[in-house]
Formats: sequence, structure tokens, C-alpha cells
Amino acid sequence: MQRIARLKESPSQTAGPYVHIGMLPNFAGIDGVFDEDLGARMIVGEAKGERITIRGRVFDGVGAALKDVLLEVWQADAQGLFPSQEGADPAFTGWGRQAADMDTGEFAFETVKPGPVPFRDGRLMAPHVSLWIVARGINLGLQTRIYFADEDEANASDPILSRIEHRDRIPTLLAEPKGDGTYRFDIRLQGENETIFFDF
Amino acid sequence: MNAFKQKQAVLQTPGGHDRPGGGLYARDRSWHPAALTPAYKTSVTRSPTRAPISFPTTLGEETGPVFTRDRLGPLDADLVHNFARSPDGAIGPRIVVQGRVLDEDGRGVPHTLVEVWQANAGGRYRHKKEGYLAPLDPDFGGCGRCLTDEAGRYEFRTIQPGPYPWPNGPNDWRPAHIHFSVFGQSWGQRLITQMYFDGDPMIWRCPIVGTIPSPEGIESLVARLDMEATIPMDARVYRFDIVLRGRRQTLFENRMEGL
Ligand SMILES: [Fe+2]
Repeated sequence: MQRIARLKESPSQTAGPYVHIGMLPNFAGIDGVFDEDLGARMIVGEAKGERITIRGRVFDGVGAALKDVLLEVWQADAQGLFPSQEGADPAFTGWGRQAADMDTGEFAFETVKPGPVPFRDGRLMAPHVSLWIVARGINLGLQTRIYFADEDEANASDPILSRIEHRDRIPTLLAEPKGDGTYRFDIRLQGENETIFFDF
Repeated sequence: MNAFKQKQAVLQTPGGHDRPGGGLYARDRSWHPAALTPAYKTSVTRSPTRAPISFPTTLGEETGPVFTRDRLGPLDADLVHNFARSPDGAIGPRIVVQGRVLDEDGRGVPHTLVEVWQANAGGRYRHKKEGYLAPLDPDFGGCGRCLTDEAGRYEFRTIQPGPYPWPNGPNDWRPAHIHFSVFGQSWGQRLITQMYFDGDPMIWRCPIVGTIPSPEGIESLVARLDMEATIPMDARVYRFDIVLRGRRQTLFENRMEGL
């Protein structure tokens, strides 16, 4: 039989405790190499839509907040368009990168609430932000989604949420509104209320 | 200042997103380290215990941030000089790391951002949480970045990092390594990994390397010394290719793209 010549993906390795040096050098105190840390600002002008802040912490299996974790988000703009789709908001980058505070473990993304984006079959997915988490002790970056607890109707018909068999786990994907445009999204790596992670 | 102008990279989803194909090849999770790898102790409390839930990629997984060359500085990919005040640059064995970012079908991934970070020649990181007794090099920061060219090629100039001890077992050492962060053209290709050096005996003793299930997987992260490419009287060259997930493509789809 003929062989299918395909390469294997490079195996993942942990980002380690010093991930900030390469990915947020100014945050790490390495000044003067890059002018600004990438992903620090997602809003780069008069962005359309509702300004929100997503705050949270990442907890390990013994309930301690990770203080060395780094997170990235990728999302559509307020109209549901990704950055250079026709008509997308030029004042919004769609991509953010933040480290948790080294003392408290708290992270924050200042962004806009995304609009709905179509699923493969054209049905709309509820507004959501894709979230990627890397840290020491995490061997392969964890993928999850931030949905919004105040989007009941859209969440109820979301094609991804709909396929989750254990309905009681869905709240782990919902950011809770706290007023003033702030949402709380804590991630639990293990234990009761372990956050749902995705493989796609 | 806006760090990077970002544009969307749309993967092959011609003629509408609802067509079959266009998604990424499923990730072979048995080839990657498991989440729980007890010999690497920190993974014990940081590994999810439930299986991840699968879904087919959508626009959000098939697109990703795009970074443009105009925001890169001239020394971004030169770790010997990008932090140095001395014109001589950082201390240590001078090397060039070059290679390609490919997808699983062997196609070069063009114009994608590659970020690296590493310890100095003594094995010490410039980081406030780092306490190894080896000294900092005042002329070495340890970060670099570049974009691949149209064929997926990248290149860094740096110094060979030293091995360093780390708190895990009573006497664990990391082999010399460079950390890599790669974007590819979509969110679903996002990858962080590490590059090791040909012939380093510490590779096979390291619990973090050992999280990779197969010797073949480990070998695929070991850069090869390229004496032909080596620059005489200046720097040795190490070759390191990085493979990101590929994407489904059919002839039909290629035609739809006008190829
Ligand atoms: Fe390291």
C-alpha cells in the first residue's frame, strides 16, 4: 500500500514559570526590547458595542490561585465579525493576552461584548470569547470558552453548549455579570466545578 | 502606540463556512503529553481530570490574530544584542537557530509570529521569580520574536542557554532549551513547545521532556547542528522545524479557491 506522508504536530511542552519573559517582557520587567507587550490592548480606538471587563482567577486542585498563569483570548467584535472580515470594527483587535497578577492571581481583559457568530451549519452561536490558558504544570494549553450568564436565550440555543451532556457543568462556562460592565469568570482546573475544556 | 496591526487570517473555508472540510485535522492527543504526568509534580494539581469535550472547528477556531512586519524592531530576533548595552552583546556560545514552521502536510506557514524565551549561558533567567545562584548577564534579556517569511522560514540569533536545576525531584535539571510560542494561521493551531540541543545527555533525564509519550516525539524537539550552514568564525547554526496542525483540503475546495 502507498504511505500517506504526513508530519506529526510538534509535541507541546509546558510554558513554564518564566513564560512572561518571552510573551509579556515588559510585564516581566524586561524593558526596552519591545515597545509594548503584545495583546495588552484589545480596544485601539472608538470600538463599537458594549465595553466590558472580564476578570477572574485560575484555581488548581487544592484551591490555590495560579499566580504564574498566562491567558489569551480571541473573539469576534460587537457585530459578530472577526478582525478583517468585511465590515469588522477597525478599533477592535479581537485578540488579547494577559498574565495573572503575580501576587493575587487575578487577571482582567478589557474588551467588548462579542456579537453572535455562526456555527458551521449557519445556526448562531451565543456570544462567547475563546480562552487559552498556559502555565507551569500545564503540559498542553487548555482551550475553553467564556459565555455570558446574562444571555439565557442565546445560550439555550447555542450548538456547542447544546452538545454538552452533563448539563450541570455548563455554569462553569458562564461569566457572571457583576455590574459596571464587569464579568467574573473563574477557572477551576480540577475538583468540584472543574471547568469544561474543549478539544477541537 | 498600537503594538501590532491585526488582521484576520481566514483558513480554507471557501464558498461559505458550512461546506465540509476546511477544519483542522484532529489533534493526536496521544502524541502530546498527557495532562497528568506525576513525574512533573506541578502537573498533579494543575491537570484537568475530565476528558475535554470535542466540537468541530468554527470560524473562531479557524481564524486567529495576524501580526504585521511593520511593528517589528530590527533587533527583535537578535537576542545577542536586543537587550545589550555593550556592543559586544551577550556572553555565551553564539548560535543561530533557523528552521521552518510547517503544517502537518509539510506546507510552510507564512507570516506567522514566533516568540522565544530562554535562560542565559549560565542557565539563569531574567525573571523576578527566579532564584538560581548563577549570575544574570547584564547584556542578556532572553526574549525574541520574528515573523516567518512566505515559505515559513524563521531565524534567531542568540547564545546557547545553559542547563539549570529546578525544584521538582531532589536533583532535577532542565537540559539546555529554548521556549517557543507559535500562532500559525488559526486559533486552533496555537502551540507552545521547547527546543532542545543535539547530543545533550540531560534531555533523557528531564521529567518535563519525559512528559512526551514517545522517543520519536522527543526527538522531534531536538534541534540538529547544521555545520554546513554554520558561519565560520562567528556562530554555529542549529536547525529546528516546528509542525503545527494541518487542515482538511479537498481538490474541490482547491478549485473553489481558484488554484
Ligand atoms: Fe525554561
